[in-house]
Amino acid sequence: MSTMKLSLGPLQYFWPREQTLAFYREAVEWPLDIIYLGETVCSKRRELGTRDWIALAAELARSGKQVVLSSLALIEAESELGVLQRLVDHGDCWIEANDLSAVQLCRERGVPFVAGPTLNVYNHHALAMLMTDGLRRWVPGVEQGHQLLRELREAMQAEDRPMPELEVIAFGRLPLAFSARCFTARALDVAKDQCGFRCIDYPDGMPLATREGRPFLRINGIQIQGEEITDLGPELPALRELGVDVLRLYPQVDGMAEVMAHFDLARHSPVAPPRIGARNGYWHGEPGMRPVAEA
Amino acid sequence: MQLVCPAGNLPALQAAIDAGADAVYAGFRDQTNARAFPGLNFSDAELRDGIAYAHQRKRKVYLALNTYPDSARLATWYRAVDKAAEFGCDAIIAAEMAVLDYATRTCPAMARHLSVQGSATTAPALRYAHERFGISRAVLPRVLSIQQVERLCEGSPVPIEVFAFGSLCIMVEGRCQLSSYVTGASPNRHGVCSPASFVRWEEHGDGRRSVRLNQVLMDKFEPAEPAGYPTVCKGRFEVGGETFHALEEPTSLNTLELLPRLAKAGVAALKIEGRQRGVAYVASVTRTWRDALDRYRHAPESWQLQPGWQSSLSKHAEGHQTTLGPYHRSWH
Repeated sequence: MSTMKLSLGPLQYFWPREQTLAFYREAVEWPLDIIYLGETVCSKRRELGTRDWIALAAELARSGKQVVLSSLALIEAESELGVLQRLVDHGDCWIEANDLSAVQLCRERGVPFVAGPTLNVYNHHALAMLMTDGLRRWVPGVEQGHQLLRELREAMQAEDRPMPELEVIAFGRLPLAFSARCFTARALDVAKDQCGFRCIDYPDGMPLATREGRPFLRINGIQIQGEEITDLGPELPALRELGVDVLRLYPQVDGMAEVMAHFDLARHSPVAPPRIGARNGYWHGEPGMRPVAEA
Repeated sequence: MQLVCPAGNLPALQAAIDAGADAVYAGFRDQTNARAFPGLNFSDAELRDGIAYAHQRKRKVYLALNTYPDSARLATWYRAVDKAAEFGCDAIIAAEMAVLDYATRTCPAMARHLSVQGSATTAPALRYAHERFGISRAVLPRVLSIQQVERLCEGSPVPIEVFAFGSLCIMVEGRCQLSSYVTGASPNRHGVCSPASFVRWEEHGDGRRSVRLNQVLMDKFEPAEPAGYPTVCKGRFEVGGETFHALEEPTSLNTLELLPRLAKAGVAALKIEGRQRGVAYVASVTRTWRDALDRYRHAPESWQLQPGWQSSLSKHAEGHQTTLGPYHRSWH
């Protein structure tokens, strides 16, 4: 039985500087293998600047864990492109490429990269092309469940191509959509350009419910997440059989040490752990959220 | 600037050409394109007829092949590329790497446009598509401000096409899983968003209505209140104790007043959204933009918005409202 690695996905929310640093200094003691660092949602979030993230990466890397620098999912401004260039030029870390700009800059500089979940890799041919660009690990998009990944893996085998490392989102709120608009600013009725960085007040995002009060989505700046904290723990035997190499756990503000311990125990056990979050319908080829009748 | 108009079927294609479209874009009747709606799109014979109609009038036909095939279904997309070349399409509009690569290798003479679904918003992203797939044009996602469009036009290795008018995706195209989260039906994978088969309207007897998407309540309406199509992004929800359009109101993008700036920026083509719309929409919207573009070409310095243009376009807008959308900073 191979032991899957555990990764801490990039922090999707905006936390105060000291809280963020304390979180990672604690996380480095957890039984995990890979830490993704950096801002993936909004470039205006600068409690930690690019220099801070790079310094933190160097500090955490001394623990022996792999540190990967994650890039923005949506790049619009020249300044954002400049930040990406600095991450790539840094050179000591792999990059999590969350858009095609990052792929190209890594390709131009020969820097290995992880294809993040917003890169839209849906088939083996695209994956093989990206591997020639420097892709070393792949995090499929949220829609891709067990069957699609199995078919992709079989197609790679049929063409005698090696798979890159496969990393699956095993715990956390799913990133569902990105926009140029900041929905947090919209909800607070402030302009995006004068937002006051108010998303710092919502360390797990801002809940959005239907008009009959059913929790539905989370607003997180320009990102929309599903409300449910998904958990593929009970599906670990299937993930292992599929050849998943890395389990990604996205940071939430509370209880991450326990979550990490839970998955650490689970990855070393042949028995599936009990469910601690919501069932991820996507994994089973269904709508991502739980059916209304079950809620 | 070229005017690129939607053709959901053969009558719409002909209407767009007759009303002055320089090019039309169309799709096959399957999941290879992002408007895989019932009753829409082209059979092989219809597409051949449409191409003949357009080419007789020296106009172009682009084939939208802009969804994301998984490994098991790749052959369907490859076959669509083959047919596009065989039928004489002037270009394919594609987003997915395997599809673009296949077209590059098998029919290099047919132009490849990077679809809006490709989510390319920067010069390096466009460089990637240009170096890898030899694209000759890129359609930009509807997320950039006019200043960002201008800067990108300077730095892009290929000519740029932008959306000028029509329904507005609030999310970055190719990056939105809201429909699949609720229904399992995915814009990227299946070419549909919040499909009608999942929509249920409820009449409450007193004239009030509510609408659900796969049983999830998207909105409720008072008796006289206009009710739009319930995509997730245009529903009303509760956030922080208030009920409002938390993501976006039903409204349409209209960039007509930006026409001179887009032209000066070097934008190569303006795209009208709406393959799902009828002949009347296509004919009217195309005619308005044709007139505006012709007047600009003849006298760019004295070009002015004509009142008739905006009122004509507003009639066809979602909720009869239009916005400059992301082109204008205040929208963000």
